[in-house]
Amino acid sequence: MVGLATVFGSGAMTNSIPEIENNDLLFVIGSNTKENHPIVALRMMKAARKGAKIIVADPRRVPLVRFAHIWMQQRPGTDVALLNSMMHVIVKEGLMDKDFIVFRTEGFDQEFLKGLDEFTPEVGQKITGVPKEKIIESARLYAGASSPGIYYTMGITQHSHGTDNVFCIANLGLMTGSLGKESSGVNPLRGQNNVQGSSDMGCSPNMYPGYQKLTISTIKEKFETLWGAKLSDREGMTATDMLSAAEAKELRAMYIMGENPVLSDPDMAHTVKALGALDFLVVQDIFMTETAELADVVLPAASFAEKEGTFTNTERRVQRVRKAVSPPGEAREDLWIIAELSNRMGYEMKYPRIEAVFQEMGMAWPAMGGMTYSRLNRGGLQWPCPTQDHPGTPYLFKGGFPRGKGRFTVVKYRPSIEETDEQYPFILTTGRELFHYHTGSMTRRVDALNKVSPEPFVEINPEDARDMAVEDGAMLRVTSRRGAIELKARLSKRPDRGVVFIPFHFKEAAANVLTNSKALDPFCKIPELKVSTVRIEKV
Amino acid sequence: MMVTLTIDGRSIKVRDGSTILQVSREHDFYIPTLCDDPRLEPYGGCRLCLVQIKGMPRPVTACTTPVTEGMNVETTNEEIEGLRRTIVELLLSDHPTDCMICEKAGDCTLQELAYFYNLRENRFEGERRQYSGSDGNPFIERNMEKCILCGKCVRVCNEVQGVSAIEIAYRGFSAKVCPPFEKDLDCEFCGQCVSVCPTGALMGKISMGKGRQKDIEKVESICPYCGCGCNITLHVARNEVIRVSSRPESLNEGWLCVKGRFGFRFNSSPDRLKHPLIKRNGRFEEASWDEALDYVAERFGEIKEKHGADAIAGLSSARCTNEENYLFQKFLRAAVGTNNIDHCARY
Ligand code: SF4
Ligand code: SF4
Ligand code: SF4
Ligand code: FES
Repeated sequence: MVGLATVFGSGAMTNSIPEIENNDLLFVIGSNTKENHPIVALRMMKAARKGAKIIVADPRRVPLVRFAHIWMQQRPGTDVALLNSMMHVIVKEGLMDKDFIVFRTEGFDQEFLKGLDEFTPEVGQKITGVPKEKIIESARLYAGASSPGIYYTMGITQHSHGTDNVFCIANLGLMTGSLGKESSGVNPLRGQNNVQGSSDMGCSPNMYPGYQKLTISTIKEKFETLWGAKLSDREGMTATDMLSAAEAKELRAMYIMGENPVLSDPDMAHTVKALGALDFLVVQDIFMTETAELADVVLPAASFAEKEGTFTNTERRVQRVRKAVSPPGEAREDLWIIAELSNRMGYEMKYPRIEAVFQEMGMAWPAMGGMTYSRLNRGGLQWPCPTQDHPGTPYLFKGGFPRGKGRFTVVKYRPSIEETDEQYPFILTTGRELFHYHTGSMTRRVDALNKVSPEPFVEINPEDARDMAVEDGAMLRVTSRRGAIELKARLSKRPDRGVVFIPFHFKEAAANVLTNSKALDPFCKIPELKVSTVRIEKV
Repeated sequence: MMVTLTIDGRSIKVRDGSTILQVSREHDFYIPTLCDDPRLEPYGGCRLCLVQIKGMPRPVTACTTPVTEGMNVETTNEEIEGLRRTIVELLLSDHPTDCMICEKAGDCTLQELAYFYNLRENRFEGERRQYSGSDGNPFIERNMEKCILCGKCVRVCNEVQGVSAIEIAYRGFSAKVCPPFEKDLDCEFCGQCVSVCPTGALMGKISMGKGRQKDIEKVESICPYCGCGCNITLHVARNEVIRVSSRPESLNEGWLCVKGRFGFRFNSSPDRLKHPLIKRNGRFEEASWDEALDYVAERFGEIKEKHGADAIAGLSSARCTNEENYLFQKFLRAAVGTNNIDHCARY
């Protein structure tokens, strides 16, 4: 979420889930909300029942399309062109919020306007495949709404130009002044249950908890005092860099807590090789995952139902989980494991209660400083919540942006790194489906879920299937420049012709054997999981 | 616009447009209901919510009648209670009396009402609906002999979930709730219908036979799957999570998706890791915590000494708590001495 943080100074959902039902226009781009954020989707449908219009922009006919007023089926990887041509229309027709632009933003200048010039609806149509009438109508609807919300997720960020996509979305929100108000904003929906929290807590190579940059010496000093330790001022490696460094023998040991990069990261062969090159790998998890198999030491952890603590959801709401059952065998809470390890390494961690950790978090990051476990008992609190009497913050930027003014960014359209050719004529996009979750290490151990969704599949448009004489359920081999997997065909009108979709939950045909780990967003190093090219053959 | 009305002798000022039932609930007047749910459109099907309005010839249903200026409502009197008792009695006359083995016993609105109206004998004993066949879907047990046709499941599926997987088919005595053409249920399996059913007609299959309502301890928690952060209530019996529900007043209004509602069995999976493991000669061997932790600390120490702290890196998880994530990065930064820390969920 680097993109939003750069232009606003804070990179989280600007509004709350309950506010969704009062949007009068919802622009949902690159998010299969009904399957990936089902409860957010219920609020969207509630908004529609109250009279709101929904615009969906997605290369696949996702289930929310059924409730949409307009569906724009852009070609994968062409979001910048789509958004720029919507903005072109807004500027040309003078639908901007001029006061907002003058008083609350910067960068709405000649250069920015020139950047939009070429993106006429006609050009937009040519690049994205979306009819220009739809682009024009969507732009008018968005700009004309009084409480519009934009919602997006991985479909926007998992590209080699993911940050550009986010900049475009921010530009759109700023241009129409649809920010800093109730039910009006720019909302990245976070995938896993505590993505927000793990970013907030500083699990990132260049920031301490609370997005505080470690290169600023006063901040480093603050943490040195709080933790009573000398800290390094060298920025660390991103997850993607770690793997390359491991291969190059620059990195020797890794400690992986609760993640399964072998399945979740692109280019599985590369991940396995990199982790194999380490001198020492420790994995802490609740199951023997594909990554744990490679470890030298595996530490059994407690699940969410076996411990106390807090999660932060996609709308910045910090909420409590509580211990309901005891962990199996000798499995222990991650907290206990980390503290024990730290003590053995000579850095003492002693917390009489778990809430003592939470209190320290509040000292490290004032935005959570006003929270206590007992205050969280009634429905949680949304950060920022700096003092004990602060009610929490349902929507952001009421009085202005943390960085002062919201910033417009000139964004050029760059095609995705892999483009189709004769050898690899199909575009592959990956994602999740309703009945499974992430790498499946949890859901695939739930019999009932496995029963309704037992096996991997590749979604292919029936017309493409007909051209290749492929029937529903036929075995196909899908090959990319990196590898091949075999799985069943599922004929579906969801993807357009020339596009196929594979969910990445299934280890027996892991989509990330095919995806490209080398195509990175230059800004935040997110790999291009949403667009790679493949060829398809019958087996 | 505000209107003033009287309920059971108390004068109340309320917003125009509310129904008698809404106002009564807000002001703690108890009116029994079976087909109403504040999250759904009013339906007026069960007629249990009958109330008397002074000056009206007959009782009216509180859930569908809007309040008006000067209205004088009686929520209970002998006649109304007699009518309500008869309604419950009629429902019970066509309902299996196997409460002693019913999963829902202890959490069943119909059972509550039978108790409240002390219905021991039934004046209307007669023919009962008999349905054979069971639904082969893996999530939801549908026992239509227990259905009282309140229509809540049909409405929640349509109004809230937008799926319309079930309908009320046939009329009169043979009316029943089922998927079109009485096929097996094939839907999103969100279980919204299960959560609103006032009887044991719809139950979660994976919870069957796992524990009586009275033995259950309820623990408030958060769904471990996606970032919506739905509030869930874990129902625990014998150190096992046997069911998940959600409170209607929560952030997610009590609604969940299939993963949150039915996806909890991984927790008690036999595959769970139970012991620390150390790989020796390519094979994992069980170890004690002391052994494993000492070994990890020693190896990290060696590597740090030989190659520097930046030769060590950590990946944390979007599935772990804030506290764990906080301590994990603190461990790497303060104990190991590196900023090599990231989480996969940047993707
Ligand atoms: S489980 Fe959900 S989708 Fe299926 S019938 Fe019930 S309410 Fe409808
Ligand atoms: S199945 Fe339950 S919710 Fe549905 S109509 Fe019957 S009693 Fe009501
Ligand atoms: S119940 Fe479904 S929508 Fe809610 S948090 Fe869990 S996975 Fe997400
Ligand atoms: S609750 Fe009013 S008729 Fe059922």
